[in-house]
Amino acid sequence: MIATLQYYWTFPFVRYALAVGVLIALCASLFGVTLVLKGFSYLGDGLSHVAFGAMSVATVLRFTDSMLLVLPVTVLAAVLLLRGGRRAGIRGDAAIGMLSVGALALGYLVTNLFSAGPNLAGDVCSTLFGSTSILTLTRGEVWLCAGLAAATVGLFLLLYHKIFALTFDETFARASGMGAGRWQLLLAVLIAVIVVLAMYLVGSLLISALVLFPALAAMGVCRSFLGVTVCAAVFAVVCAAGGILLAVLAGTPVGATIVAVNMAGFALFRLAGAVRGGVL
Amino acid sequence: MAQILGENLTLGYEGKAVVRRLNFTVEAGDCLCIVGENGSGKTTLLRTMLGLQPPLEGRIRFGDGLTRRDMGYLPQQTEGQRHFPALVKEIVESGFQGRCGLRPFYTRAEKAEARRMLQKVGAADLAGRCYRELSGGQQQRVLLARALCAARKALLLDEPVTGLDPKAAESLYALIRDLHAQGITILMITHDLGPALPLATRVLTMGGEGGAV
Repeated sequence: MIATLQYYWTFPFVRYALAVGVLIALCASLFGVTLVLKGFSYLGDGLSHVAFGAMSVATVLRFTDSMLLVLPVTVLAAVLLLRGGRRAGIRGDAAIGMLSVGALALGYLVTNLFSAGPNLAGDVCSTLFGSTSILTLTRGEVWLCAGLAAATVGLFLLLYHKIFALTFDETFARASGMGAGRWQLLLAVLIAVIVVLAMYLVGSLLISALVLFPALAAMGVCRSFLGVTVCAAVFAVVCAAGGILLAVLAGTPVGATIVAVNMAGFALFRLAGAVRGGVL
Repeated sequence: MAQILGENLTLGYEGKAVVRRLNFTVEAGDCLCIVGENGSGKTTLLRTMLGLQPPLEGRIRFGDGLTRRDMGYLPQQTEGQRHFPALVKEIVESGFQGRCGLRPFYTRAEKAEARRMLQKVGAADLAGRCYRELSGGQQQRVLLARALCAARKALLLDEPVTGLDPKAAESLYALIRDLHAQGITILMITHDLGPALPLATRVLTMGGEGGAV
């Protein structure tokens, strides 16, 4: 097995996939903690469907770089959902549901009507499940992903205490005059960037896994917010690296394998938590 | 002039008024108890004072060395907060966010101050504990310490003893009395007037026109 891994390691696309995959999973897990605790668990899912819709439109319009359309559209959706939603008179979860299923349907419809490629089912499937796209990244895309991911992690570190305050008690944060509104806006933008990045890794249907599993696993065993954050980050990195290597070795779809490894890790953490808590 | 002056206030959401033509004053060192039925606009009044929503009509003026930033807020707890994975000191320190501006981390002085505030509310031993493992009364003390980190001159308390057992409620009232005795202006929404009334220097009854003081 080691020999096989060493053999695969000589291919740059495997190294690229590993680097980008780990970075994206790291970002998603960091912001996943605040999304789960704020009750926005489904935001990642909703945004990813919006990204899918935008991606379909970009493909039909034959954009050379689909990111140019996908990123702004997703950012706009994130801002609308996190900030404007409460004024429109539609509850948060309902708004996410509507946007999510609407974008998914429109995206598929557009692709069907104006098919740009010969293999429609394959195109859609790889956007939804990210089947192989991560293994076909070019050097430029790798650097773009790595740069965006690094910037996101850096901003998370700088904003850590503000994110904590906003997550624990938004009302108090607003009253304290910390400028809660603009930090919330920045948070929405960062989350949208992560979702778009994650679409390349696991595809738009499986993004929620990167957001939810690390956060939930960490919340089961850690007592401090810092502990939860660090634990979720480590969990995500290990699962992403393990999943990608496993997928390369076994020839399974990358996205689905990463999610499966996340599920296994989550089950393990729950078991550990139960043992420590004296339930078992 | 008074610390807080409400002039001809009409409060509410989306143009729908809950409170009409309310006038009140709060002097330095007052303890104002706000009573009234559910839906009479008590929390709306606190939120307006904190600048979380604008008044529909009239205005709130601050004076006597008090600004909006000098008011610490103890909101009602949400269900999510009770189970939040965080250490007590992480929560108390977050009270300093209003002063941080763009500064990403807390200073050593602020961390020491947070410990002192925990001491002040009689919860010094809780600093390293996990918030979700505390009792309701302990959680309220922690949130009170956070409010004190944010501001020192006035405290706005939204039903501080709701959900506490009688003993915990009594000791929280004793703590509020201590803080008041130290010269902190207290504005408190409360349902049970019995134990709160001896503390009060003014009572504001909400509901109906005007509001009696």
